[in-house]
Amino acid sequence: MSAIAKADNLVIGGLRKVGQVTLFLVSVLAQCGPALARPRLVVHQVYNAGARSLIIIMLSGLFVGMVLALTGIDLLARFGSEDVLGVAAALGLLKELGPVVTALLFAGRAGTSLTSEIGLMRATDQLTAMEMMAVDPMRYVAAPRFIGGIIAMPLLVAIFDIVGLFGAQLVGVQMMNVNAGTFWSQTQGAVHLDDVTEGIIKSLAFGFVCTLIAVYEGYNAAPTAEGVGLATTRTVVASAVLTLIVDYFLTAAFL
Amino acid sequence: MTTPQALPDAHGATAPSGRRPDAPAPGPATDDVIVDVRNAHYGIPTRQIFKGLDIKVRKGRITAIMGPSGTGKTTLLRLITGQISPSQGNVVVWGHDLSTLDRSGIYALRKRMGMLFQNGALLTDLDVYENVAFPLREHTDLPEELIRTLVLTKLHAVGLRGAAYLMPSELSGGMARRVALARAIVMDPEVLIYDEPFAGLDPISMGVILRLIRQMNEGLGLTSIVVSHDVQELATIAHDSYLMYDGKVVASGTPKELASSGLEVVKQFMTGSDDGPVAFHYPAPDYKQELLKGDE
Repeated sequence: MSAIAKADNLVIGGLRKVGQVTLFLVSVLAQCGPALARPRLVVHQVYNAGARSLIIIMLSGLFVGMVLALTGIDLLARFGSEDVLGVAAALGLLKELGPVVTALLFAGRAGTSLTSEIGLMRATDQLTAMEMMAVDPMRYVAAPRFIGGIIAMPLLVAIFDIVGLFGAQLVGVQMMNVNAGTFWSQTQGAVHLDDVTEGIIKSLAFGFVCTLIAVYEGYNAAPTAEGVGLATTRTVVASAVLTLIVDYFLTAAFL
Repeated sequence: MTTPQALPDAHGATAPSGRRPDAPAPGPATDDVIVDVRNAHYGIPTRQIFKGLDIKVRKGRITAIMGPSGTGKTTLLRLITGQISPSQGNVVVWGHDLSTLDRSGIYALRKRMGMLFQNGALLTDLDVYENVAFPLREHTDLPEELIRTLVLTKLHAVGLRGAAYLMPSELSGGMARRVALARAIVMDPEVLIYDEPFAGLDPISMGVILRLIRQMNEGLGLTSIVVSHDVQELATIAHDSYLMYDGKVVASGTPKELASSGLEVVKQFMTGSDDGPVAFHYPAPDYKQELLKGDE
């Protein structure tokens, strides 16, 4: 096969995938109303995607905040600006690291869990059984998980940010002797509502992307052990790459 | 071909006539035929599975669909339940050509059917009780008390009332299939479809499932479609039998008529002979030549 033909196939394959995901999204969105009418299903998925990711999110947030403070103080000390460590850590976490790192962790923990769960439901005929009972799996399985993921992501980002800031304070104030009053007052003065809004919008966008990919891949996984494994891998890779791409465009839009 | 009709979405209790109040009105009279597969063709990219299949399922009878592995028995069930459509021919269920029905129409028909999957296909995040209650919760607004009564009644019928609060992972294969059977009958369907109900079961479980199929059919006045290759077991319960081979029905009639058939393929299947029209070996190049090729 010539290089042109290969590139052609790649483009057509890519376009086909985009079309399939879009159609899937339309089907899921059409079932979001009925799914929201049964909040028990959605709350259960918020618990699955959110509460069960809490430990990994808090632990990562703590260490990201601590590393941010270590590297930040090293950099700021060169300019004699250690006082703004709190601002640097808070803005870094709120606008960038919080949403992005949480999304990457979400894809690895909750995303893989969603894909493998739905993929196994496909492989063990559970989705077909629902179809046979005249129950639309889009309504019962896909839509609640999609909504649950989108709700869980901003909550996880908020927790990541808070724990991260605590980690930065731990290193900056407790270990590196930055004045606590300066740390917090500078942070309070320099962080605006727009910065928080940017983080919230990013987290919602990443929640949308990561959950859509996870649910789509699970729903369309080949009904074999290998198929579910491959779908899970695709979820992590596609979620991570798309998160970073979307992050670039959102960051540019907020400048 | 029948005219498509608007099918209601809601689901109610079984009417005294045996037909649900919300069920679509029957199409043109086809005597007592409930499922009519007419000259169905269906293929996948690698091969043609059906090459003109004709099957009729009559009301109140147990119809056995038999055939060697890979002949498309499960695919036939997917045709009958509207999961796939034939590339040529028609599948008519209760007088409705499935190809003319939209998704809600297919769903309305499926509410009148129950299906038992080969592996049970129980929802793994729900316990036995909730699995059986699932269709009731999805399609009715019955009070919890009534749901409880219905679920326990159905579980008692399959002998698993005591297992109501076990998870599917705690059930044996035979128990899982009985729970799936309870779930399949909880909405009082008119047709029950069994996909390989005896596969992998020990003799006791097999006997239980056989008895349940017969009891369901006689006691509840159901129509049953049983797909299996367990000839001896099916012969004891089936009223009508179809033997599929090479994409077509090669023999039909009562199990006795099939057993006395002169056709080679029927004889091979009924006696379990290892060679005949259904070859033991998958098509391959000459054995000796292929081995010698390795030495070269």
